[in-house]
Amino acid sequence: MGKKAINPIKNGTVIDHIPAGKGKNVWEMLNLPSSEEKMFLGKNLSSEKLGKKDMLMFENLELSLKQLNVIALIAFGATISIIKDGEITRKDQVILPELVEKVITCPNPKCITNEEDVATKFEVLENGDVEVKCHYCEKKYLIGEVKIKM
Amino acid sequence: MKNLISMRDLSKEEILYLLKLASQIEKGEVNPDMQRRLAALLFFEPSTRTMFSFDTAMKRMNGNTIVMSGTKDTSAKKGESFADTLQTIAQYTDIIIMRSPIEGAARYASEVVGIPVVNAGDGANQHPTQALLDLYSIQKTQGTLENLKIGIAGDLRFGRTVHSLVQAMSLFGAKFKFFSPTFLSIPKNIKEFLHEKKIRFNEFDEDMDIKILSELDILYVTRIQKERFASPEDYEKVKGSYCLTKEMLSHVKPNLKVLHPLPRVDELSSDVDDTKYAYYFQQAQNGVYMRQAIITILLGGV
Repeated sequence: MGKKAINPIKNGTVIDHIPAGKGKNVWEMLNLPSSEEKMFLGKNLSSEKLGKKDMLMFENLELSLKQLNVIALIAFGATISIIKDGEITRKDQVILPELVEKVITCPNPKCITNEEDVATKFEVLENGDVEVKCHYCEKKYLIGEVKIKM
Repeated sequence: MKNLISMRDLSKEEILYLLKLASQIEKGEVNPDMQRRLAALLFFEPSTRTMFSFDTAMKRMNGNTIVMSGTKDTSAKKGESFADTLQTIAQYTDIIIMRSPIEGAARYASEVVGIPVVNAGDGANQHPTQALLDLYSIQKTQGTLENLKIGIAGDLRFGRTVHSLVQAMSLFGAKFKFFSPTFLSIPKNIKEFLHEKKIRFNEFDEDMDIKILSELDILYVTRIQKERFASPEDYEKVKGSYCLTKEMLSHVKPNLKVLHPLPRVDELSSDVDDTKYAYYFQQAQNGVYMRQAIITILLGGV
């Protein structure tokens, strides 16, 4: 009963436990095509684990691996639930990828990836904060310092 | 080892193997033969010293080189991509040795071509052959790399040589004393790296103190570049205070050696040259042996 109340979607995806304030960011980052489907953004919801959290719900949407990786980068700790016929069929925490290709733009203007047509590649490191290291120029950045594009 | 791009790619064992081979080449115990081998020296940013060192290394082993220096003779002007230029040169030669102001250029090159690539400097990022020849010089003069006390003076912020050296020496339990003006002090990420590895270091923002100099086994002096300063007056002020003179070496340990990657400007007085502590010109010579060793390993000459 409780679950149905917070799950107004029948089939789709719920991204929960997003650090408060990051929900809109995740939404924008997913870069979804315009759609007639139901979508919800919950902000500053109460959470036992986080105090406050954001939550996203999308009717009839399945996330790609690339999208899941990006969610892990910008909202580390988020959980993904797959909803089928109003029931949660799967719930997983997003996993930080070890390597992300093509989605991060290197902020170093002298990096080869900003000079030539080279796909970016970043190593992902986690020690409290999520950090990424450019495979080419070897510069390290906090995830908040880099531009991510889908 | 397929390429030499970054010190980060090398294990302690690989470093020790390179040092051993350089020493064997210097003593004539190993004589690699590079006859009919051709190296492309691609210097997209001029650096006569490093280029000559590689050129000499190749020719001392009966090998040959083709040279491109500066950007003016490149195909870049004709709109050719960097990848195409490299792939073409790789058809002519056995190894590419490249310097570029673009960071990560050598790593990218190694992914594009099917022949070995040596990074001879990529912007502010890496200059692994310099780090290796520094290690070789330290080992040769001290008999070991383990547990040494190393002073590093000058531009510790932008000097990639310094960063590579600190990272490499930390594999051998070194202790560091850093001397630099505050705004050229060692960057945060290097300090974090040293904390992580539990390596002890102290920072000094004043002139090199005679008492601290007396504890050192190695003093590595680097150039402070005028263009880093906001005004010429600031530079003049710092210039005087970061100059190693013969007088300052009056109480040092007998095994101390002064290293400098060269060229030097004002930070290292020429009156140090005729002391037994001066080692910078031999250091440059060691660079040839180390580069011979690197080329030999990459081209399978031993």
